[in-house]
Amino acid sequence: MPSLGADMEAGTLVEWRVRVGDTVRRGDIVAAVDTDKATIEVEVWQDGVVEELLVAPGTKVPVGALLARLGPPPGAPPQPAEMRPAVPPRPEPIPIEVAPPAPVPAEPTPRPSPAPRVRATPLARRVAHELHVDLAVVQGEGPGGAITRADVERAAGRAVAGATAAAPDRLGGMRRAIATAMARSKREIPHYYLGTRIDLSRALAWLAAENTPRPVAARMLPAALLLRAVALAAREVPEMNGFFENGELHLASAVNLGVGIALRQGGLVAPALLDGDRKSADQIMRELADLVRRARTGVLRSSEMGSATLTVTNLGDLGVESVYGVIHPPQVALVGFGRIREQPWAIDGLLGVRPVAVATLAADHRASDGHRGARFLAAIDRLLQEPEKL
Amino acid sequence: MTREDIRTAVLASLAEIAPEADLARLPPGAELREVLDLDSMDFLRFLQALAEATGIEVPESEVSKLATLGACIDYLAARAG
Repeated sequence: MPSLGADMEAGTLVEWRVRVGDTVRRGDIVAAVDTDKATIEVEVWQDGVVEELLVAPGTKVPVGALLARLGPPPGAPPQPAEMRPAVPPRPEPIPIEVAPPAPVPAEPTPRPSPAPRVRATPLARRVAHELHVDLAVVQGEGPGGAITRADVERAAGRAVAGATAAAPDRLGGMRRAIATAMARSKREIPHYYLGTRIDLSRALAWLAAENTPRPVAARMLPAALLLRAVALAAREVPEMNGFFENGELHLASAVNLGVGIALRQGGLVAPALLDGDRKSADQIMRELADLVRRARTGVLRSSEMGSATLTVTNLGDLGVESVYGVIHPPQVALVGFGRIREQPWAIDGLLGVRPVAVATLAADHRASDGHRGARFLAAIDRLLQEPEKL
Repeated sequence: MTREDIRTAVLASLAEIAPEADLARLPPGAELREVLDLDSMDFLRFLQALAEATGIEVPESEVSKLATLGACIDYLAARAG
């Protein structure tokens, strides 16, 4: 079961898209998995032949669990391999031997905890994990005071559906997933915030000229230019693009932009638009449209989940002037764009009216300083002044 | 294409984007983006769906003429006629 986001703990296998004996190639969609947030199409990590499907549809399994076994592709030397998802699972702290200080399972790396060891059965630990119950606060009534599954369920105040999960409560699950990730962010990440107003008159004039001869289906939105500018700026100021893990910043080699997409029924997802620095604004627009459509119909791909290296959120459509976001851990920065509105703009001693948007940065002070953050926002501004080069 | 055909096409296009909305009770004068909570991507998809259903491409410069259901029908009826 691939980790499809730092906040994911488990997934329910909805269906297999392959059968035993099928030959698969890296990137093929092999299964569909339900998470708290969406239905995700899982891509395979390597070529091979499906030898065994280990998990039955309808079963909920924790991140890192083996889903299937792959044999070598025809003609290759025999070397059995596990079916690895396209997003390699992050190291998984299951089974948890030490009660964490707060119920934040599925962290990318287990962190040392000073909490005392809790006696609990393995099943109780798994159920506690699923029900978000902190074992440290559960009264154990098993042999020798050990915590049993029944104790955990009592503590959770509800019964558990059993090994086979029922259809997930998508909205409730999404709320919990967002709560877990955002609470962790605010607990662990010392955010600093910067904002700047950007004159978008050149960018919008260029866009209008580009769009005029185009049919509706080929038109670009300002968001495509904003995303492209952020991706290029991330290459210039790489400290904004990566992960803070094990006490240090790991720069990402690719620029995968997490795009905050609000869902119509409530909640949000931030799937990744991959390699934004290597795609044209047109290509970004096409992929963004596809991503939004699929996010809202609930079908995203595993390579899009959990692979974002920097997130961008755009609340301009709702009319807000600026958005100071909460970083999605373990990422280290989040860029926000507010509404584009006409504003008085003084330049060279003259006052004019320009379309202006506020770009903001929330960044992790462990990974970068305000000076670099300012350089990053300045780079976004500069890039948007030359839209034809985007 | 009659006005009723156009109205049906507009409502069907909106239903693709906002499937949860009660479009039968949509006031003709209400701002679509406001009442249906459409963002710019939604609105672009709506225009795309309209183009597919009616064959009418709305130029970028005239998009603002389609702000309400009534305005959409008027605009498309004028273009179709």
